[in-house]
Amino acid sequence: MDSTTSAFTQGLAAGVLRYQRCQACGQALTGQRWACTACGSARLAWCDAAGSGTVWAVSQVHRAPTDAWRALAPYTLVLVDLDEGPRVMAHGGPGLAIGARVLAQPVLLAGQALMRFDLAQPPMPGPASSGATSPPLGATPPRAPGTTLP
Amino acid sequence: MALRPPLPRPPPLPYLVGVGLTPFGRHDGSSAIGLMAQAAQAALDDAGMERGQIDGLLCGYATTLPHLMLSTLFVERFALQPAYAHSVQLGGATGAALLMLAGDLVRAGRCRRVLVVAGENRLSGQARDSAIQTLAQVGDADMEVPNGASVPAYYALLAARYLHETGTTEADLAELAVLMRRHAQAHPGAQLRSPLSVADVLASKPIATPLKLADCCPISDGAAALVVAADPSGGPGPRVLLRGAGQAHRHQHLSALQSVLACGAAEAAQRALAEAGVAPAQIGHLALYDSFTITLAMLLEELGFAPRGGSAALARAGHFGPQGALPLNLHGGLLSYGHCGVAGGMAHAVEAVLQLGGRAGVRQGRAATHALVHADGGVMSSHVSLVLTREA
Repeated sequence: MDSTTSAFTQGLAAGVLRYQRCQACGQALTGQRWACTACGSARLAWCDAAGSGTVWAVSQVHRAPTDAWRALAPYTLVLVDLDEGPRVMAHGGPGLAIGARVLAQPVLLAGQALMRFDLAQPPMPGPASSGATSPPLGATPPRAPGTTLP
Repeated sequence: MALRPPLPRPPPLPYLVGVGLTPFGRHDGSSAIGLMAQAAQAALDDAGMERGQIDGLLCGYATTLPHLMLSTLFVERFALQPAYAHSVQLGGATGAALLMLAGDLVRAGRCRRVLVVAGENRLSGQARDSAIQTLAQVGDADMEVPNGASVPAYYALLAARYLHETGTTEADLAELAVLMRRHAQAHPGAQLRSPLSVADVLASKPIATPLKLADCCPISDGAAALVVAADPSGGPGPRVLLRGAGQAHRHQHLSALQSVLACGAAEAAQRALAEAGVAPAQIGHLALYDSFTITLAMLLEELGFAPRGGSAALARAGHFGPQGALPLNLHGGLLSYGHCGVAGGMAHAVEAVLQLGGRAGVRQGRAATHALVHADGGVMSSHVSLVLTREA
């Protein structure tokens, strides 16, 4: 991984889903920006996402672009609105529909370090439940949200 | 008696005085430059113009010929001597952007006769996987493409969301593929002319849900060219003026598209209509980009030519047919005439010029004074609208 590798890709290699947040106004940003879409500030920092979100779109891909992906087809691609705000493209597990609550976990597919979103486990019944979801078994524990990387 | 200063001369207006369009499909042994030359010659012939009269050349790009100076290369091969030349890259919106720029060059007095040309051997000049991988790069290289994404997958995600928000069904989308096929059957240059029903579209092989093969345009070889000139005399038929143009660019990547109900198309069209001084209700002919059935549905509905989720019903009712209230892509569009890149999007403009001029022969639709041409590049990313007007 050379010095030109993006912070996002470095995050995936480390099993972490990253997004940018404006250090001036706090806006969370989709994509890779040089300036904040809300206030125009160039003071942006990469943060680690908790990995929870809501499915915005889902498609099962049958016609893969390369041999490596053809071996895995059909596979599911999703666009997920992270709870922090940004929208990300990733793989999806079975049974996803628009509006489903999902959680991300790192996966290695076609030689790529990627993220896959699976249905979030329903909250445990009982007085302790506050609607918060817990990470699926085997998932990398998320780093504290808002962690700023150099 | 004080001398009055001379009245300023009105700026020259850009007229579409010649068009050229090759058949689309598989042209084995063709080259990008060869196809471009074929369309360019046809446009010059149509305009009754000699190549020496061209003082501006604008061209697109060719994925099969990624040259640093495509315009200059074409100048040499096609024996031109223009005072102005370069290429433009804006994905599927390139053709409309080239015409907008040609119009501005004429209005500014920079050029008098601009040749706009694009073409490539996108089908026969490379493996299909190679074309698909090249096109996939309109996605984010770090955040989207590594997922095994492709242009059909981006549009499939877009379609999934649009269907969810508007209640449009897969059968509704299929109706638009059927419409384009019906129109293509009247054009001998169209790549796909065999009969197609809604059931055929729904039964075609899955590409990326909800899109099937027949929801997607084919990959083609072909070329298109137009001549934009300050002097409309000499051209065939009634004068067709490039009366207004507008653009909008809000995002590059699908992830960064905020709403499927406002992708920027309406913004571009409003600018073009405002510049032309034409109201949407005055538009009598449509030439809309249709890389996928979802593209056409989204454009028709965002531009206000169909209610949200209502494109298919209008298509079924004959609204967009040759004799309907608002004829649409009477050459068959990208979905059936074919798609060879930049020229694919220019074919819509070629057809609009022929239709406005009453020169479309057996395909001739209902007479119209104003046409709206709209193209998008990327994943509904860059938008260019043109208003063309037939002068009496």
